Amino acid sequence: MAGDTTTESHAAIADTAAEHGVGFPPFDATTFASQLLWLAITFGVFYWIMKNVAMPRIAGILEDRKDRIAGDLSEANRLKDETDAAIAAYEQALAEARNKAHSIAHDTRAKLKAEQEARREKAEAELNEKLQAAETQITGIKTEALSQIGDIAGDTTSALVEQLIGKAPTKTDLTKALKSAMD
Amino acid sequence: MANDPISQFQIQKIFPIEVGGMDFSFTNSSLFMVLTVAATSAFLIFSTSGRGLVPSRVQSVSEMMYEFIASTLRDATGSDGMRFFPLVFSLFMFILVANLFGMFPYFFTITSHIIVTFALAMLVILTVIIYGFLRHGMSFLKLFIPSGVPGALIPLVTMIEVISFLSRPISLSVRLFANMLAGHITLKVFSGFVVSLGAMGAVGIFGAVLPLAMTVALTALEFLVAFLQAYVFAVLTCMYLNDALHPSH
Repeated sequence: MAGDTTTESHAAIADTAAEHGVGFPPFDATTFASQLLWLAITFGVFYWIMKNVAMPRIAGILEDRKDRIAGDLSEANRLKDETDAAIAAYEQALAEARNKAHSIAHDTRAKLKAEQEARREKAEAELNEKLQAAETQITGIKTEALSQIGDIAGDTTSALVEQLIGKAPTKTDLTKALKSAMD
Repeated sequence: MANDPISQFQIQKIFPIEVGGMDFSFTNSSLFMVLTVAATSAFLIFSTSGRGLVPSRVQSVSEMMYEFIASTLRDATGSDGMRFFPLVFSLFMFILVANLFGMFPYFFTITSHIIVTFALAMLVILTVIIYGFLRHGMSFLKLFIPSGVPGALIPLVTMIEVISFLSRPISLSVRLFANMLAGHITLKVFSGFVVSLGAMGAVGIFGAVLPLAMTVALTALEFLVAFLQAYVFAVLTCMYLNDALHPSH
């Protein structure tokens, strides 16, 4: 009778325990097998999906973006190089044009100067020639005039002497007198 | 019974399955594992279905998660640790979403059961041990003999290193389990106060404002804890994997 009571009270305790769950649920070992199995299945599936579907997708997207950015950057660099080359070519053309303009100006100036020089020299030469001719003419006239001075002086002297003494001097005396007076 | 803060952790069978005397029933815990996996996979796959060069809002969330874990792992283990990226990413996403699912009222928190967190921790530790021996052979044991320690101290230091290595799965699993369990119990206790005080008439309703404010604050804290514990688990996984990759430190 007493044993029955003990069994009954044990059964009562077991019933209460079952009603409230066996103690603290996280430490209830009877649920471990089920949790472990379902965790293995679900986490296994999850790992497979992540590794083979989700992560390659995200990696692909990030890769594409990286490639696109790198491509755009290199394209931008290429365009910049082209622009630089164009600028350099323009600068060179400009420098060449400037040099050419310089040389043309220089040549023109030199040519004009040479022409001017030539014209000036020609004009000077002509002037010299004219001067020479004039001088020759003057000298001629002067010589002529000087040679005529003796005759005029003789004539004048003879006229003066004739007036003074009433008699014209001889040609020889006159010449002698004139010569001594003029020397 | 509704006010019992422990009842939320009760495992309830949905489809009883028994194989060879072992109980493999599909329970509420199993249901939330399936939901966690389904929701996370669906989010990551559908958010990236546009494959937008300029990401949409949801796509950038997926990309942020991916790059966050990638940089955490790369910082801890270097580029040869990237072979474990799927594992670390799966662990982080699984724990994060499981923790966040637990924040919904009436939802079951699968990470509040020690067996689940312990299984995940053992997965990490076994990966470390198996990969460490496969890659380094016996020189993996150098992990327990730090270089530059005087000869007399080696037995002592090695013993400490072995104990710390053995305690890793325990600390890793207990940290996550205890945080989730304690957080949910606290939430339940404070929200239980609101209900019982509210039933006590006008003064009680006035008094219930305090635990209600506490419940709101704790809810915010629990969201932080849910993220933080998933992050801590992932970071510690990275550090342990680093031991497998580079045992001599």
